Amino acid sequence: MTFLAALTLFTLAVFLGVELISKVPPTLHTPLMSGSNAISGITLLGALVSAGSDHSTLSTWLGFGAVTLATINVVGGFLVTHRMLGMFSTKTSDRKR
Amino acid sequence: MSTTIQAGYLVAAVLFVLGLKGLARPRTAVRGNLLASLAMLVAVIVTLTNEAIVSWPVLVAGLVAGTGVGVLLATRVQMTSMPELVALFNGFGGLASVLVVGASSDEVLGTPAEDVTYLAAATISALVGAITFSGSVVAFGKLGESLGSWSSSLARPLNIALAVASVVLVVVFVVDPGWIWLLALVALGLMLGLTVVFPIGGADMPVVIALLNSMSGLAAASTGFAIDNSLLIIAGALVGASGLVLTGVMCVAMNRTLGNVLFGSMASGGVIQDPHDVYDGKVRSASADDVALILDSARRVVIVPGYGLAVAQAQHAVRDLTLALEKRGIEVVFAVHPVAGRMPGHMNVLLAEAEIDYAQLIEMDVVNPTFAETDVAIVIGANDVVNPVARDERSAIAGMPILDVDAARTVVVIKRSLSPGFAGIPNPLFAADNTLMLFGDGKEAVVGINTALNQL
Repeated sequence: MTFLAALTLFTLAVFLGVELISKVPPTLHTPLMSGSNAISGITLLGALVSAGSDHSTLSTWLGFGAVTLATINVVGGFLVTHRMLGMFSTKTSDRKR
Repeated sequence: MSTTIQAGYLVAAVLFVLGLKGLARPRTAVRGNLLASLAMLVAVIVTLTNEAIVSWPVLVAGLVAGTGVGVLLATRVQMTSMPELVALFNGFGGLASVLVVGASSDEVLGTPAEDVTYLAAATISALVGAITFSGSVVAFGKLGESLGSWSSSLARPLNIALAVASVVLVVVFVVDPGWIWLLALVALGLMLGLTVVFPIGGADMPVVIALLNSMSGLAAASTGFAIDNSLLIIAGALVGASGLVLTGVMCVAMNRTLGNVLFGSMASGGVIQDPHDVYDGKVRSASADDVALILDSARRVVIVPGYGLAVAQAQHAVRDLTLALEKRGIEVVFAVHPVAGRMPGHMNVLLAEAEIDYAQLIEMDVVNPTFAETDVAIVIGANDVVNPVARDERSAIAGMPILDVDAARTVVVIKRSLSPGFAGIPNPLFAADNTLMLFGDGKEAVVGINTALNQL
């Protein structure tokens, strides 16, 4: 990918992100933040290649650290978001008065 | 990169977008989160088909260890500690980006792949990732109240010096690539995260968390530029943008600029009244029985939960009070200020955990006009967000959006003492003619009202 192609992707994604998020009700700010936080663990993809490419001992171990940390970020982030959202939804079905 | 991987990344990118879109609406939020997790799963699986991956044990060990720790943290955490956990996860994401840059530099430095794009992107992601990591760790400590605040007039020049040094090092690394510069840059980034976040007060944490969230996304995106990975760029940019939007929302809610939060201090100007002039002889205190009597004759009650409610763990007691009042045919709603709690939307989560219906949580703009028709407003552990001096343009908090509780017929303020809030200014609401102070711990006070109400 050329630098300009990458920059195009980046710029469009920033605009898209702003559009998607600009009208979120405050109720969802915390789950949104922990969910998007999990998405930022996307670095995992790079970490996997570093940890598995067997280039050098240094890159393998740095890769191992990165895979572990990014996986905590991803798995923990999505799971805790799910737990939080569960609290919102049980209520609406329980308490129809 | 193979066609399989690229096609998989396209699918994942679409799913991430749909997931974020879903997370933005209450009815679709659960599905949104699942779609985003599915996107991540697809992305990981196709990445594993990469021919460069030849050795599995270390990679699998990392995945297993990370999954174990992640599951443990996510299932054990208390909802009151959610801000700490989000801060911690942010920090891990930031540090992971730094490590990936380190690993890829080990492959790239000194080879023809070492072009300007790589060098610039790698340094930026090392710097941003390091700031995110140390800043998040400090935020984690402050949110858990194991770290206090430290402020000094030296903080500002120190931060500026560190920031300038970082920019210089980025340029130096691009011109003359070498490990020493990269390590120095990571060290500077770690230091900058510490010195910027340390002086920031507890009440500003929602802004800091939102900003760190955005930075962890940007670190991932710049790692994507460095290792030429389109999905890192897309997902990182989405997160970076959404974090920035939330940062903006939080700043508006506090009527402060981002620069002011990061480098300034609150109450830097304006007229500050003497607490004795405001309070002496004018404050009326009430007992739980008095409050129960007033509530018994009310038709509409608005509860204003603040940070103090979370600290006192009073949310379940508040729910019991709500049910008791509703049983008497009294309408009860909650007025939630945008910065109530310790991260954006935190109060909503705490109330939801206590099984309070989110339809009862009303936003500031909607609830404010209704205070005039409200019989009793109960303020629990909130201070600055209900301070009427914000309407006075000479005051230190002039222009900060507040909840207009003083328009209610009776205001009951549950608070330990008359001590000021984060803004450090007295609150004339406490001395108003229609205000009753119920001094004490938030939880005990609410339980007391509830007991008294049941004995009527």
